[in-house]
Amino acid sequence: MDAPMPVPAPLSLHVPEPPQRPGSEIDFTGLAVQPAGTARRPAIDCPAADMTDLAYDLVRVLDDQGHAVGPWDPALAPDTLMRGLRSMMTVRAYDERMQRAQRQGKTSFYMKCTGEEAIAVAQAMAVDRSDMLFPTYRQQGLLIARDWPLVDMMCQVFSNAGDRLKGRQMPVFYSSKEAGFFSISGNLGTQYSQAVGWAMASAIKGDTRIAAAWIGEGATAEGDFHHALTFASVYRAPVILTLVNNHWAISSFHGIAGGERTTFAARGLGYGIPSLRVDGNDFLAVFAATRWAAARARANLGPSLIELFTYRAAAHSTSDDPAKYRPENAGAHWPLGDPIDRLRQHLIALGVWSEARQEDLAREVAEAVQAAGKEAESLGTLDKGPYHSARTMFEDVYKTMPWHLERQRRQAGV
Amino acid sequence: MATMTMVQALNAAMDVMLTRSGDVVVLGEDVGYFGGVFRCTDGLQRKHGRARVFDTPITEAGIMGIAVGMAAYGLRPVAEMQFADYIYPACDQLISEAARLRYRSGGEFTAPVTVRAPYGGGIFGGQTHSQSPEAIFTHVAGLKTVIPSTPYDAKGLLISAIEDDDPVMFFEPKRLYNGPFEGYHDRPVVPWAKHPASEVPDGHYAIPLGKAATVRSGTAVTILAYGTMVHVAMAAARDAQVDAEILDLRTLVPVDIEAIEASVRKTGRCVIVHEATRTGGFGAELSALVQEHCFHHLEAPIERVTGWDTPYPHAFEWEYFPGPARIAEALRRVMEE
Repeated sequence: MDAPMPVPAPLSLHVPEPPQRPGSEIDFTGLAVQPAGTARRPAIDCPAADMTDLAYDLVRVLDDQGHAVGPWDPALAPDTLMRGLRSMMTVRAYDERMQRAQRQGKTSFYMKCTGEEAIAVAQAMAVDRSDMLFPTYRQQGLLIARDWPLVDMMCQVFSNAGDRLKGRQMPVFYSSKEAGFFSISGNLGTQYSQAVGWAMASAIKGDTRIAAAWIGEGATAEGDFHHALTFASVYRAPVILTLVNNHWAISSFHGIAGGERTTFAARGLGYGIPSLRVDGNDFLAVFAATRWAAARARANLGPSLIELFTYRAAAHSTSDDPAKYRPENAGAHWPLGDPIDRLRQHLIALGVWSEARQEDLAREVAEAVQAAGKEAESLGTLDKGPYHSARTMFEDVYKTMPWHLERQRRQAGV
Repeated sequence: MATMTMVQALNAAMDVMLTRSGDVVVLGEDVGYFGGVFRCTDGLQRKHGRARVFDTPITEAGIMGIAVGMAAYGLRPVAEMQFADYIYPACDQLISEAARLRYRSGGEFTAPVTVRAPYGGGIFGGQTHSQSPEAIFTHVAGLKTVIPSTPYDAKGLLISAIEDDDPVMFFEPKRLYNGPFEGYHDRPVVPWAKHPASEVPDGHYAIPLGKAATVRSGTAVTILAYGTMVHVAMAAARDAQVDAEILDLRTLVPVDIEAIEASVRKTGRCVIVHEATRTGGFGAELSALVQEHCFHHLEAPIERVTGWDTPYPHAFEWEYFPGPARIAEALRRVMEE
């Protein structure tokens, strides 16, 4: 006779929980951060299978003293670095101004990218001006690094008479064909497969332009992430797939998106896509990794996945209060520092920059943002107008207005 | 001019457009080397190359996302959904992306994608190979919805859909692919060759979207139909010996309100027919439009003859299908008023 089966213990469900909640001190000591300069730099034609370690490592260039070290140092000219610094500072000043405008009731909503400025700015600088960008709502730095007018961006946020999107989109959902900046969607992840489609089209036409797309770690759970990686891998699409791991999807920490089990970069390995994990607060590392991926794409070697490891220092949006779900001021303790401070420190270490020049630049940037703000507000704000004519509400649904919309427009009396 | 089935006519439309414009690409599950499970893309890859006509992974949502991106680049993708029933995973990319792109980008980015999908029952496809989901898409601002009923229309309408600068849902009545169908499943299959609308011109011709066709002139009652049901309505009018005027709508959005209005004002009666389920179906919209535009000319309540509000049942296909007997009954009812 068989021995009786032991009575199994009751099952229990694992629901991931971040290490700290409000009321306790933030503690990042559990975070394994590799020293700068230690990650290897493979050739651009290296197969994904021969560089799997880089999906778990962390590509870093700037060390704690502000020196650029290791094989990923892009050796950028000081002028390029200063341009990056200026753009990042402009993004931060722009964010501050628009957040304040929202608090003053001049618009309905705003989203900052504090702590993530290096991502959009360095990546915009690492690709060609004619390459096509498919961003999320936290890459305003792409437009700024491409010298897109701040006034134009502000008009969108105010939905005013100067808004190129005619008051149809929520604030920060920018779109500009001329800037190579795809229309931002609120349905997260959709842009990821669209970017791959754009890149495939470029390859079909024998073009030389590539596409770049962004997604947050939270939205990697959307099907579009899987569709994008599948198509990118199958058709070897010339696309850079950036995955911004800022650790928070509104109130859900990265563990709710699967971050407890493996790195997000490792998701690319199953598709055979070369995947890098990179310090997102290190301007040089972000630039170098993006340049590497761009060179791969342009050489017809296909897609790359880049996880940019960073931290959302501010709230998700003006509708969010992070003090309700994580320790206060968590961003200030992020062990990988602040991207603007780190690039400034690097420029000083290079001997081409000073605190005095930094102050001058800060003033210059503040004045430019202030002047743009005044100009944009003179074209209207959401609370007071003026706006585009309400008649435009019926336009652009179709190329030519069909009879039923024409009839509804007349009924609306506009 | 050649005699064609609807499958051949659709194939010819894509062939013409692939030849005329290097921006047209055809993508979908099994559409490449094999030529599609219904053969609609047969030979197109061989003729136009793998980069223009290609197989995709099994992901309708992925196909649609890719197509939107290609359209944003400037291509005119023709995406095949193997069955209309499989289209739902693509809805986010269709409804929130393709349909809204022109609007939300202030007209800068557009999505001139044609989505081809075989729809409708009558082939023992059960509930996942028989659905008629057109009303889900006619409800979406920014999409156009087109449904042909003959080979001649299929080619001309598909060419117009591909040339259109807005996203077009192009639903193909799969029961009509290889022959007209009057709704009598127990009668021998009739080939397209015996139908005058199987005469399809060579080369390019376009049938404008938004224009209905009067397929039978009459004075007693107006029947509004599209796709398979156009042929079933013809049989019903004949069998019931009612002098019906039958409008093949061809485009559901934007619908040809002028043709509907002119016909119903003349006949004073209206029967609306579709294979899709009844509640919230496109017939409800048509009924409301007729009431709004022709109320004082109506001499009888508007009738709807539709599929029942159930999933499409495998064994009871012909109890579900709104066949000629049910339409004839409705015709007699409105004529008695």
